[in-house]
Amino acid sequence: MKAISPTAELREKAATEPAGSPASPAEGLPAIPPHAGGGLEPTIFKFIIKNSLPQQIMVVVVTLISFPFLYYSLDLPKTIINKAISPTAKFPADFLGMEFGNRYSYLAVLCGMFLALVFVNGGFKFYINVLKGRLGERMLRRLRYCLYEQLLRFPLHHFRKVSPGEIIPMITSEVENLGGFIGDALVLPLFQGGQLATIVLFMFIQDPILGAAAIALYPVQGYLIPKLQKKTNQLGKQRTRTVRRVADKVSESISGVSDLHANDGARLQLAQFSHVLGLIYELRFEIFQRKFFTKFVNNFIAQLTPFFFFSIGGYLVMEGTLSFGALVAVLAAYKDLASPWNELLNFYQIKEDARIKYEQVVEQFQPEGMMDGRLIHEQPDQDAPLTGEMTLANVTLAEDERLKIVDSVSANLPIDKHIAIVGQSSSGKQELAQVMSRLLPATSGRVLIGGQDIATLPTAVLGRRMGYVSSQPFLFNATLRENLESSLRFRPVTPAHYEAIRAKKRHATLAETFRSGNLALDIEADWIDYAAAGVHDKKELIERILTVLQAVDFDGDVYLFGLRGMLNPKEHPEATSQLLEARKALSGVLEEKGLTKAIERYDVTKYNHNATLAENLLFGTQVGPAFDPEGLADNTYVLKVLDKVGLTDDLVKAGISIAETMVEMFADVPPGHEFFEQFSFIKAEDLPEFQVILGRLTKSGHGDMSKEDRNKLLSLPFKIITARHRLDVIDEAMQARILEARKVFAADLPEELKGTIAFFDIERYNAAAPVQDNILFGKIAYNEAGAEEKVRTAIAEVINKLDLRLTIIEAGLEYGVGSGGGRLSAAQRQKAALARVILKRPDVLILNEATTALDGATQTKVLQSIKEEFAGRGLIWVLHRTALARQFDHVVVMSNAKLVEQGSFEELDKPGSTMTMLLAAE
Amino acid sequence: MGLQEEVELLRRIPLFAETEPSKLKLLAFTSERVSFDAEQVLFSQGDPANAAYIIIEGEADVLVSGPSGPIRVATLGKHDFVGEIGILCEVPRTAMVKANTRLTTLRISKELFFRLLREFPHMAISMMRELAHRLEQTNSKLQSALTEVDRLKKAS
Repeated sequence: MKAISPTAELREKAATEPAGSPASPAEGLPAIPPHAGGGLEPTIFKFIIKNSLPQQIMVVVVTLISFPFLYYSLDLPKTIINKAISPTAKFPADFLGMEFGNRYSYLAVLCGMFLALVFVNGGFKFYINVLKGRLGERMLRRLRYCLYEQLLRFPLHHFRKVSPGEIIPMITSEVENLGGFIGDALVLPLFQGGQLATIVLFMFIQDPILGAAAIALYPVQGYLIPKLQKKTNQLGKQRTRTVRRVADKVSESISGVSDLHANDGARLQLAQFSHVLGLIYELRFEIFQRKFFTKFVNNFIAQLTPFFFFSIGGYLVMEGTLSFGALVAVLAAYKDLASPWNELLNFYQIKEDARIKYEQVVEQFQPEGMMDGRLIHEQPDQDAPLTGEMTLANVTLAEDERLKIVDSVSANLPIDKHIAIVGQSSSGKQELAQVMSRLLPATSGRVLIGGQDIATLPTAVLGRRMGYVSSQPFLFNATLRENLESSLRFRPVTPAHYEAIRAKKRHATLAETFRSGNLALDIEADWIDYAAAGVHDKKELIERILTVLQAVDFDGDVYLFGLRGMLNPKEHPEATSQLLEARKALSGVLEEKGLTKAIERYDVTKYNHNATLAENLLFGTQVGPAFDPEGLADNTYVLKVLDKVGLTDDLVKAGISIAETMVEMFADVPPGHEFFEQFSFIKAEDLPEFQVILGRLTKSGHGDMSKEDRNKLLSLPFKIITARHRLDVIDEAMQARILEARKVFAADLPEELKGTIAFFDIERYNAAAPVQDNILFGKIAYNEAGAEEKVRTAIAEVINKLDLRLTIIEAGLEYGVGSGGGRLSAAQRQKAALARVILKRPDVLILNEATTALDGATQTKVLQSIKEEFAGRGLIWVLHRTALARQFDHVVVMSNAKLVEQGSFEELDKPGSTMTMLLAAE
Repeated sequence: MGLQEEVELLRRIPLFAETEPSKLKLLAFTSERVSFDAEQVLFSQGDPANAAYIIIEGEADVLVSGPSGPIRVATLGKHDFVGEIGILCEVPRTAMVKANTRLTTLRISKELFFRLLREFPHMAISMMRELAHRLEQTNSKLQSALTEVDRLKKAS
């Protein structure tokens, strides 16, 4: 099969064409949208005209073409009645140049025509709706895209003012119905207006005075309705703002819920929430009233017009200046007038609504000081490293006029040296680092690197050549590996390969993306820039990641993740086969150390005393919920297997015995006591029920036990671990029969359940079990003193012996870090962020108190290895412990927003210097 | 050997002699059956006391460190209870206990022991009675010892 890569092909073409040229999508698409860097127009109409004029015209043209057909389909019934059916019709009749001798054939032809027109009109309607729908959806997509792009360009400080709770609904729900409006924006007023004009014209032809009467009140309506609407619009604006407050409130409560409860703040929050809901109620109700009032006024005026017809028209008929027929015709026409007029009014209201919504959203997405959009999309011609000096020229950062956070800082910092910035916590040192990395734009002054103002550098240069890590770095909800590699994903590097059919589909998707003005880069492509990490391929990258993990002292943690993590043999055939080796080697090590008793390994022919009865029966790891240990007694297949080997009754008996023991032991343990959680087979809340069941049993014997009671009792023995529980209910004979059941269970397993269990097989890697369990292939003995510790050392030994540490760390890289890195500790998050930034090998690395969560010893170690890693490259480190500055080439001391002294540590380490004071205070 | 035998075992221990059977069963069920290899150490002198052991099978030596290496002060066998004073008084281990042969024990952790006492005051009372009994015995032994000392003093 031919594999083509549409992206590569398109990108090549795009390169030869000037960006933004109206290329037809079939020929080639620029990957960067033509509007890049400012797609939001101030009003919705400008947005519509700029981005969809040709498509709007297309809709209008098709609508115009449909008019004659529509008109003819309205006219045809009259012809059928008057010229074919009516007894006064004259024959032979003439139709479209054909002559018809009798009325029957004429009727047949006309009815055929009618049917054809029904199809044609329906077809037009369908096609126009499709056109409008597609137009609307494309524009909605474009609008959302633009909003999101604007969001990414927000200045950092703006995020302190807006909350996600306000922003999210703007992009998601608030703009949702703009799409529908955009589809209708041009064609509806034209269509309905045209209809209106035609009818009015018809009336004028019948009688100019009556025509004038029909539209006499339009000016009144045209004056009154917008007036009424204006107030409604203002209320609508207020409503949107208030609803945003609700969203804000909710999102704030979610993120602050622990502090809220800690301070008993729930009632205040509820009261505030109720207050806002009250405001919304009032607004909505008022809007409701006004809307209906507008409708009422409108209807009243519309009903007023017939008054003129009857009075003036009647008078004219009596006078004989107007024929009776004409008056009837005008009255009928006036009825038709109502529909387009109402449509237009309705449209006017929707239009106003859309206009306001658009303006309100757009105004929120244009804060002061936004980053120039071109900086995001501009790709440098060549990848030149940052060299020379970082020059700070009078850099000032001010919140307002008086409060200066960084005050006129000037310095020349060579960017191949290691520079420490020290100072008290509110000295402005952290903000200075943010200004240096352009995260905060300086209020005045400039930051230059190698003579170039960083404000003008595209993110493609700054984001790749410069590194920045804060003390609270963000991790994405993905695997650790993806998080680490995220610093290498700037652009698609190796295009994805598509098979012929998928390539076609991909091409279509790409074309559509282009039509909506979205960025058409392929997310399926490999975005990892191996060259940026200084490696050639995936394998080398992994090796590099391991080195970096060691540098930031993260390898130990990742190793543990690896032991606990899962590996799919399909994706990691080599690693899993090595782990199988380890499984076999473990036996040797245990033997050697005399530890064979510490672990009871799985053996298909033996009952495992350290595993539950359920595990002994299934002899595998469950995949998915089909064989949930809690529900085995209700599982029809399990019951079938037990029946087949005749175990069910004996297990029920075992269940009775267990229930009796549990009831005896736990009857006077208070409910909720941790003993239940830790030791009991029966939950505290279920205990009374079992007491009742046992009571029933002693009364009426085992014979007529209900099915529910049986199942309840049957569920108990499944949890037994014979080595641990010593309940003496599963004797050796019983164990032998469970082995029998194990065989039957595996042999009879129906096809549809095959995927739900991964059987223990000494020769096969178990993808459903963690790495450690795969090496262990058994259970740690409950009864052996210190077994767990012994086994752990044995495993570590095997891993070292087979040189598997790296394999396991690799498995650890697949660990999911959770939302915002929540499954990692603060120290682990900082280490991950350091590893991530080291991986992309920036020319300058700015660390903003990036190791605060590490303990002292680790901090020193990490500092040392990062300094080694960055030998000859730039390192600017905002330290939270001044003493660490000793190891840097140059020290910058900040105090009260000002740079107070700088020089080598030795130069500054003298009595009376600010640095000495800082050192003394530590 | 199952739960029932363990209960019997516990009953033989004077400290638990007066505790009702269902509580002894709970105590047995919630404690761990732990085995040691010969030469394996149950606990060392100076360790924090975190559990008491009842010997089910095998032998163990009680060793106290002396100037020239550890001195064996006692040998424990089946049904012996060791380490209970440590968990009651919260003092570090005063001696080392080491398995002499393959050893099977019932391990009662300090945490569990105190939780049972808190939960079932009746158990605490019967234990208190047992301890008082021991104290009384010790007192009378001390009394006779002192009389003996006096007698010897007078004699010399």
